Amino acid sequence: MSDPLYRQLGLQDDEHERIVTTLGREPNRAELAMYSVMWSEHCSYKSSKIHLKTLPTEGAAVLVGPGQDAGAVDIGDGDAVVFKMESHSHPSAIEPYQGAATGVGGIVRDIISMGARPVALLDPLMFGPLTEPRNRWLFEGVIAGIGGYGNCIGVPTIGGEIRFAEAHSSNPCVNVMCVGLAKADELVTAQSLTPHVGSFMVLFGAATGRDGIGGVSVLASATLEEGADASRPSVQIGDPFAEKLLIEASLELIREGLLEGLQDLGGAGISCALSESAARAGMGADVDLDVVPLREEDMEPFEILTSESQERMLAIVHPAKLEAVQALCTRWGLRTAVIATLVEGGTLAIRHRGEVVAEVPARSLTDDGPEYDRPIAEPERGDGADPALSPFDGDLGEALRAVLAAPSIASKAWVWRQYDRIVQGNTVAGPESDGAVIRVPNSLKGVVVSSDGKGRFGRLDPYLGAMHAVAESARNVAVTGARPLAITNCLNFGNPERPEVMWQFAESIRGMRDACAGLGTPVTGGNVSFYNESGDSAIDPTPVIGMLGLLPDYRLCVPSAFPGPGLAIYLVGETAAELGGSEFAEAVLGSVTGMPPALDLAKERALIELLVAAAAETVLVSAHDCGDGGVAVALAECAIGLGHGFAVSIPTDLPAHVALFSESASRAVVSVAPLDEEAFRGLADVHAVPVTRIGESGGPRAVIDAAIDIPVSELEGIWSSSIPRLLGEAV
Amino acid sequence: MSDIPRVGVVTFPGSLDDRDALHAIDAMGGEGVALWHAEHDLRGVDAVVLPGGFSYGDYLRCGAIAARAPLMATIRAFADRGAPVLGICNGFQILCEAGLLPGALIRNESLRFVCDNVWLRVETSQTCVTAGLVPGETIEVPIKHGEGQWVATPEQLERVEGDGLVVFRYAGPDGGLDDAFNPNGATNHIAGVRNVAGNVVGLMPHPEHAVDPDVGPTGGQSLFASLFEAALAGASA
Repeated sequence: MSDPLYRQLGLQDDEHERIVTTLGREPNRAELAMYSVMWSEHCSYKSSKIHLKTLPTEGAAVLVGPGQDAGAVDIGDGDAVVFKMESHSHPSAIEPYQGAATGVGGIVRDIISMGARPVALLDPLMFGPLTEPRNRWLFEGVIAGIGGYGNCIGVPTIGGEIRFAEAHSSNPCVNVMCVGLAKADELVTAQSLTPHVGSFMVLFGAATGRDGIGGVSVLASATLEEGADASRPSVQIGDPFAEKLLIEASLELIREGLLEGLQDLGGAGISCALSESAARAGMGADVDLDVVPLREEDMEPFEILTSESQERMLAIVHPAKLEAVQALCTRWGLRTAVIATLVEGGTLAIRHRGEVVAEVPARSLTDDGPEYDRPIAEPERGDGADPALSPFDGDLGEALRAVLAAPSIASKAWVWRQYDRIVQGNTVAGPESDGAVIRVPNSLKGVVVSSDGKGRFGRLDPYLGAMHAVAESARNVAVTGARPLAITNCLNFGNPERPEVMWQFAESIRGMRDACAGLGTPVTGGNVSFYNESGDSAIDPTPVIGMLGLLPDYRLCVPSAFPGPGLAIYLVGETAAELGGSEFAEAVLGSVTGMPPALDLAKERALIELLVAAAAETVLVSAHDCGDGGVAVALAECAIGLGHGFAVSIPTDLPAHVALFSESASRAVVSVAPLDEEAFRGLADVHAVPVTRIGESGGPRAVIDAAIDIPVSELEGIWSSSIPRLLGEAV
Repeated sequence: MSDIPRVGVVTFPGSLDDRDALHAIDAMGGEGVALWHAEHDLRGVDAVVLPGGFSYGDYLRCGAIAARAPLMATIRAFADRGAPVLGICNGFQILCEAGLLPGALIRNESLRFVCDNVWLRVETSQTCVTAGLVPGETIEVPIKHGEGQWVATPEQLERVEGDGLVVFRYAGPDGGLDDAFNPNGATNHIAGVRNVAGNVVGLMPHPEHAVDPDVGPTGGQSLFASLFEAALAGASA
């Protein structure tokens, strides 16, 4: 005997009971479909909510916190930055091009539904090793999809890190972050617009087809098993041209004051947009599915209600403004359909071919979903051997070459050369920079963003892994001279129904909470992506943090590479014997054991204050995060950037390989003009940050004590050819 | 007569760098005028820029649908009168599709989109955008395209080369030609061409993204300066 329909749709027995209680009767097919998508893990956050509630969300700069389409932060002068991150990992694992492309489309619509113009995209990605043909197919497909969509909608892709780990072979993680700009008083929020009873709900944009049905419930809220390719029809197909028209039309509708509400259609399609819009207004709606423009004539009501066809928006429009809205959309070549009218009460009454096919309280879909406090169990930890304690007698130059060639460290130029990074004309620094910098039009302000996840640290200790992700993203923003303001996130985990995964999740949230509180960067929203596992293999717990910062004057942005010879090089911060989870441990020792580096938030904060102050007083010529790969890699990257070598000597009591490759937190490599050294050291004293003058920039070689002496051009070759070589290209 | 040139920038559905071109024109001291594809009116501008982007999503063929927009008929007549018309990236593709420039743009040899800064060698001063430049001179300008490989029939190519219709070639910083400097496999390293009169020019690189040193190279400044001269000369004629 086959499972009852509700189970096939991904609902649990107790959830079904809950629906029966709410309605006072058995739900019909269309209603079940609506509850199954709205109460899916992806839409309802039922396993994560209880933990997410503990995150710090308040801050002086926060205009809009979690719970809306995107968070918003005040950057002064009436300007607001809107930002949000999401995952599209499951669709991308099945159809990489369309999965990644529609991920970009979805996050962009989140930003425009806040009334903001999308000004930047970042794509944090995680893949399995490129030595595997399938991983290369996923990698190339995802990159092509991101470019194919992003390049076509006129939003620059300016960053996003890419990491590789075996656990991602069957579970690639495709996260995407969008940043938008708006005037603070023009943001579209539940508070800023007041819908009226009798106002229309106008669907505009693409027609509704059979693509993406059950995407959130079938695909995103379950693990991918054998035969997952059969769920390819659950992957949506993107049309970036339609998206570009949606962007322009939506922003114009808002600018002209024609709307009482605006909502994107993404996961859960029309069901989600209708119920959220109505619930937010505190009303119900009479809905007529017959007027929804369809790609296929004979679609069933449940298909129309749950289709995730892309490039659609839902506007709430006062009857007096309907004509103007329709005219504006027509001018942009977009179809409109009045699919519903807001009514008193809270019921969504949905009609199709003369019959009521669904009648449910709007709020029950959005707010009354289940909430689980899932069991938690700390898994047994593996071999805790600290790699820093084992002796190393290998060649340090060879070790540096190996770490620079490690795909997570190596140049990603092969990737970002395929992204339009300059459209809109405001890209001050792109993916080559620790923090990407976009200037705010008609001002000197620069918005700085970085996205970081620390999966390997998370594997060893999820609490510290999450803390490091927050700290590193803050540091990446601060080395440009910007003050970190707030974060968004995408939380990538395995199956939450497994207690050890839930433990990783709870620990990660605790780490993110402590780090965000400690660094004064509240959480403005985010996204949870569970079920990133197949068979017995789950991904490392990887919260990816999207940090937002502000530069008061983008012209004072500090670059990461040494811009010339004769500069004093300082190592800022202290190095301890911390090789656990380091690039060196993986690439050279071939082991990921021990504990991640410690993290002292007071020290991290002091470092950030020093970097911001030194940039403001223009005493920094360059500054680069010293994290991944340690100081040897940080120095090499500073040299590779513009081809200026260095000669340094690192005073230390540690063994040489530990000193060079330890990934201790709260450090940076900076260069300072000789005339400014005194001022720089003075600032370091004020902020109580230890700084060590280790040498000078210049010459064609990278020289570290007696240990390393390699031409910069050779390091550059190793670093830049690694990924093309893995892809089988002539280099 | 004003000494500020009025330069129109056409927005087609899917144009992306239209705002950027308007901004560059204003930043260079001209007056950018937004034009709409579905109209017939050039609003009295002295020159026209067809901007980059993906008009109509590049569906059918790049530029093919936009080349048949109502405003293009007006622009054709405008060009026939000798007025300056510059097509950038998708704008270049549109001008080729409209038959106003020779050749066609097909997918990059790598089959991948490429965004990077490149050096261009100026091949002629006999155009509305290079009058202020010297042949052999190089300028740095960004590219960003997936279908920028310029190709032509053997007869077309012979005429283009024979009549000196090549305006820019991809080159090294010192002007040397090498396949390593050719980002898309374009025939004879050709990055931009002109019509016989020299008032219509198209190029794949983006001069509008090369006027502000804060966000990129500055090789586009001299192109806009020349375009403004041509626009004012036409306006006073």
